[in-house]
Amino acid sequence: MGREVWPDIAFQDRIDSATFRVHHQAHIVVDSAICGDCSTRECIVACPANLFVPTSDGGILFNYEQCFECGTCYMVCNREGAISWDYPEGGFGVVYKRT
Amino acid sequence: MRDAGALDPATLDADVIVVGAGPAGSCAAIVLARAGKRVVLIERGPFPGSKNMYGGVVYPRILDQLIPNWWLEAPVQRWVTRRSTMIMTDDKALTVDFRCEAWGKPPHNGATAFRPDFDAWLADKAVVAGARLICSTTVTGLLHNEAGAVSGVTTDRPDGDLTAAVVIACDGVNSFLAKQEGLYGEFDAANYTLGVKETLALPKETIDERFGVRGTDGVDIEIVGCTGGVNGGGFIYTNLDTIAVGLVLKLPKLAAQKQRPEELIATMKRHPAIAPLVEGAELKEYSAHLIPEAGISMLPTLSGNGMLLAGDAAALCLAAGIWLEGVNFAMASGMYAGEAVVEALRAQDVTVSGLAGYQRRLEATFVLKDHRKLKRAPELVLSDRVQHLYPEFVTSVAERMFRVDNPAPKPGVRRIIAQERKRVGIRRRDLAADGVAGLRSFG
Repeated sequence: MGREVWPDIAFQDRIDSATFRVHHQAHIVVDSAICGDCSTRECIVACPANLFVPTSDGGILFNYEQCFECGTCYMVCNREGAISWDYPEGGFGVVYKRT
Repeated sequence: MRDAGALDPATLDADVIVVGAGPAGSCAAIVLARAGKRVVLIERGPFPGSKNMYGGVVYPRILDQLIPNWWLEAPVQRWVTRRSTMIMTDDKALTVDFRCEAWGKPPHNGATAFRPDFDAWLADKAVVAGARLICSTTVTGLLHNEAGAVSGVTTDRPDGDLTAAVVIACDGVNSFLAKQEGLYGEFDAANYTLGVKETLALPKETIDERFGVRGTDGVDIEIVGCTGGVNGGGFIYTNLDTIAVGLVLKLPKLAAQKQRPEELIATMKRHPAIAPLVEGAELKEYSAHLIPEAGISMLPTLSGNGMLLAGDAAALCLAAGIWLEGVNFAMASGMYAGEAVVEALRAQDVTVSGLAGYQRRLEATFVLKDHRKLKRAPELVLSDRVQHLYPEFVTSVAERMFRVDNPAPKPGVRRIIAQERKRVGIRRRDLAADGVAGLRSFG
C-alpha cells in the first residue's frame, strides 16, 4: 500500500519542465571511439538529464541540448579524453525560472 | 612583486573583475563598488541566478553587514520556523521535529528562496553600488602578465578580453578558472554530490495544511535513508505555493549502481512518510547541480598572484548533515574577498602576500572555523554505516519500543538496543567510534 499511488513523471516531461536556450554549437563533445571500449559507462546512469544513451552497436549516443551544465558526466567518467566539457556560449544553455 | 605600473588604473579595463554573479560574486562586487573600485561583474547566464539551483534554504545572517534589514526586501518564499530530521527505511520513519516561532519574525534565521530570484536581487545591489554587470558572457580563461600573475580574463565576446589588477573567481563548483590556475589538485569525484530537485506546485492552503504552518512560515525536512544504495540524503522544503523535493547523491556511489537520479526521487516520493506530503503536486521545474561536499579536506588554494577564489569555486560549502549551508559561505567569502582586495589595492600589492587578508578573514570567522570544527562531519554523515545501517537500527528500536506485544511484557530499552544492534550487524566498537567521531564533530 502507498507505493503505487500515482504514476511517476515521464522523463521527457521532466526535462521539458526546465528551460534551455540551445546554441547551435555543442558545449560538450563525446568521443564515441573511446566510449565504445568502456564497459562501466558511469555517465549513463549518473547524468541527471539522461543525455548519454547506449546504442545497439555498443556506442553511446549523446545530446548536449537539454543539459543542466552540472559536470557530473566528466567527473564520473573514467576514460581520459572521452568527454570534453565546457560551458555553453554566454546567454545559452539552461535558464532556471524566476518567479 | 608586481611593480606599481602594472596596477596603474589608466592601463586597465577595471580595478577588479569578478567572475560569476552568484552570491559570492555579488557580495564581492558590493564591497568593492562601495569602496569606490571599478568592478566588472561577469555572468554567463542571461541574468544572475539563471544557472543556479540549490536545495532551497538560505541563511542570510551575514547580510546584516552589507544590507541592513535585508529581510524587508529579499525575495524569499517562506521563513523556516520548523526543522525536521527524518531517518527512514523502506517502511518506517523516525522524525525529530523542531519549531521556533521567533524565526518567523525579524531578524529571522533561514528562508526558502529561489536562486534566480535571490541571486538577481543580490546582484542588483552590486549594480546599485556602482558595479558594472555584464550578463550572457562566458569567461573562457585567465590572462597573465609578464610576471606570471593573473591580469584579466578572456571571454566569448568578440574582442572580449578584459584586464584588471585582480580577478575574483566565483565561477562555481566546476571553476575552470581555479583549475586553469592550478589551485586545485586533481578533481576527485568522491568529493562531490549531485543535487537533483523537483519543484512541485501545490495550492498554498494545501501546503499550509500538510506541513502544519501558516502565513509565510515554512518547513525544512532533511532525510537520511531515502537514497537506496547510494550514499546521500533527501530534502523537502516549502516555498509559498510550491515545494522542493530532492536528493543529494554521492557521485561514485551513484555511478556504480543502476538506479538513475530521478528514479531514486520517485522511490522517495512513494515512501509512506512522504507520499501524503507530495501527492497530486504538479512538476513545475526539474533541476540539477553539483555540490562540493567534502569540506575542509577538498579546499583548493584560495589565492594566487592577482587572483582569489570564493564560494563554490573555493569549495566553501558546508554539508554536515544537520547543517547544510552554502549560500551563506559564498556570501561571506565573497564579502571577505572584496575587503581583502580593497586592502591590497590600497597597499599596491596584489601578490599572494598582498592578498593574505582574505585567508586571514576566513580563518577568523565561521567560514573556515566551521569547516575546521566539522572536518570529520561530511565523511561521517555519508559513511556506509550512517547511511545504510543506522536508519534500520534506530527505526527498529523505535518500532519495538512503541509496539505493544501483549501478553508479552515490555522489554527494556537497553535490551532492545542490544538485540537490534546485533540483528542489523553493527559492531559495538564501530558504534562507539562513530559516537566519538560525532561528538568530536558536532559537540
